[in-house]
Amino acid sequence: MDSVISVNALSKTYDNGFSALKNVNLEIHRGEILALLGPNGAGKTTLISTITGIVSSTSGTVLVDGYDNVTQYREARSRVGLVPQELTIGAFESVYATVAFSRGLFGSKPNPAYIEKILKSLSLWDKKDDQLRMLSGGMKRRVLIAKALSHEPTILFLDEPTAGVDVELRKDMWRLVEELRADGVTIILTTHYIEEAEEIADRVAVINGGEILLVEDKAELMQKLGKKELRVELKSPAASIPEGLKEFDVALAEDGNQLVYTYQTNQESTGITAVLQAINAAGLSLKDIQTSQSSLEDIFVDLVREQA
Amino acid sequence: MNFSAIRVIYIAEMMRAWNTLFQTLASPVISTSLYFVVFGGAIGSRIQSIEGVEYALFIVPGLTMLTLLTQSISNASFGIYFPKFTGTIYEVLSAPISFFEALIGYVGAAATKSFIIGVVILLTASLFVDLRIEHPFWMLLFLVLTCVTFSLFGFIIGLWADSFEKLQIVPILVITPLVFLGGSFYSISMLPPIWQTITYFNPVVYLVSGFRWSFFEVADVNVWISLGMILFFLFACLAVVSWMFKTGYKLKE
Repeated sequence: MDSVISVNALSKTYDNGFSALKNVNLEIHRGEILALLGPNGAGKTTLISTITGIVSSTSGTVLVDGYDNVTQYREARSRVGLVPQELTIGAFESVYATVAFSRGLFGSKPNPAYIEKILKSLSLWDKKDDQLRMLSGGMKRRVLIAKALSHEPTILFLDEPTAGVDVELRKDMWRLVEELRADGVTIILTTHYIEEAEEIADRVAVINGGEILLVEDKAELMQKLGKKELRVELKSPAASIPEGLKEFDVALAEDGNQLVYTYQTNQESTGITAVLQAINAAGLSLKDIQTSQSSLEDIFVDLVREQA
Repeated sequence: MNFSAIRVIYIAEMMRAWNTLFQTLASPVISTSLYFVVFGGAIGSRIQSIEGVEYALFIVPGLTMLTLLTQSISNASFGIYFPKFTGTIYEVLSAPISFFEALIGYVGAAATKSFIIGVVILLTASLFVDLRIEHPFWMLLFLVLTCVTFSLFGFIIGLWADSFEKLQIVPILVITPLVFLGGSFYSISMLPPIWQTITYFNPVVYLVSGFRWSFFEVADVNVWISLGMILFFLFACLAVVSWMFKTGYKLKE
């Protein structure tokens, strides 16, 4: 697989002795959407900041499209756009001016038509002459995205793009991410909202305590670590788990109205038939049956807890 | 070279001044006029002349220097401190530009603003006195070198400062006393001998003296020494800035 970013043995220890990244290795594939998951303080932002050149690494290297991000920073950085986590934005300049500023800063020739296109796709065009301080938080977030896209980057970092963002903007953002992906842009996003990663990412990396715990194709990860649940709704509540079911991983729920059986999808035999037969043998009659897959969130919580 | 980045930083910084044009120009013009009324008018009427130059005229170069120094420092230090304070500096740090390109953009804009303010002050002064400039070339040279050097100095302060208090401390505690004690409003020869000796350790003396010489050919020290001193300070600031660049001082963690 063609890597667009190679992180090799990257470590970062801050002056106060805090070790935010510990020997991180990460290959980001060209054109993919990678979700970087981790609890607060896991090192997500430090990793992004180190790749984009805002924070200097203590050791290790980062290659962006084959260019070292320290010794060949011009080539490396001109390919990268960054939407920061905080709403760090000026106050008195206009929306249009600040986006044009970003484009110039990255060394691209002025291109009013392109800037117009970005502002329109982010519903910012009618606000283009407004001062930044007059904008709402959501609008500021849109401006930050416009700034990051102003120089037509091929790699886009979104650091917690949907923290504190309303539904409309979130939808707009994911539509934009889809468009960018269709154009071949590689997207790396960090998020707390695991359902988001689940919905949009191709691969998932989990980071905690400055270490990458795993990087895996999302579908494979879900399959590998995923548990499924079988919920059996009973016609009349059961007082206790029937004798024949005690050998299975079965629990009562909803005041005995439901039996919940948890099983691994990757096991050779799921045991569903045996469970259903045992229910039958216990003389319980069924009202309804449903199965559900454990979410990425469950997987994530399990992983982080395991490490702790 | 990423000229496009230099250009946009320069323009953005100039626009910042343009948006607050009234404050940018009004405060130096008003304070200069006040100095003229108090020093030139009230006190100057009793002093009459220093080394053959009318007192109101004599203070023009010193007054201009006082404003140039404080404006250069506050402009340049604020210009870089504010993005650090608000966090918008992330964009400059992640952009494909070198430290020196950013420096040229920020310091160039600050120096340009100071230069314009300097010219405005001289124009204001010419309303009060009959200003004459004996050596226009030298006058311009000192003006430009002062603007650049002290904008650079301000940039260093802006990088160093991590609070608004620190941002204010150097201009208030160092620059203002140095300028007031640097012969802005008097000739060094008017001081007692011991204070004259002490005064020669004040770098601002050389600036004011050289600048004044370009107007009236009246100086406390030789004009070449003045030039040497300001160049020395310019290179000292450049050296500090290069060191900051190499270490990523206070910009990168």
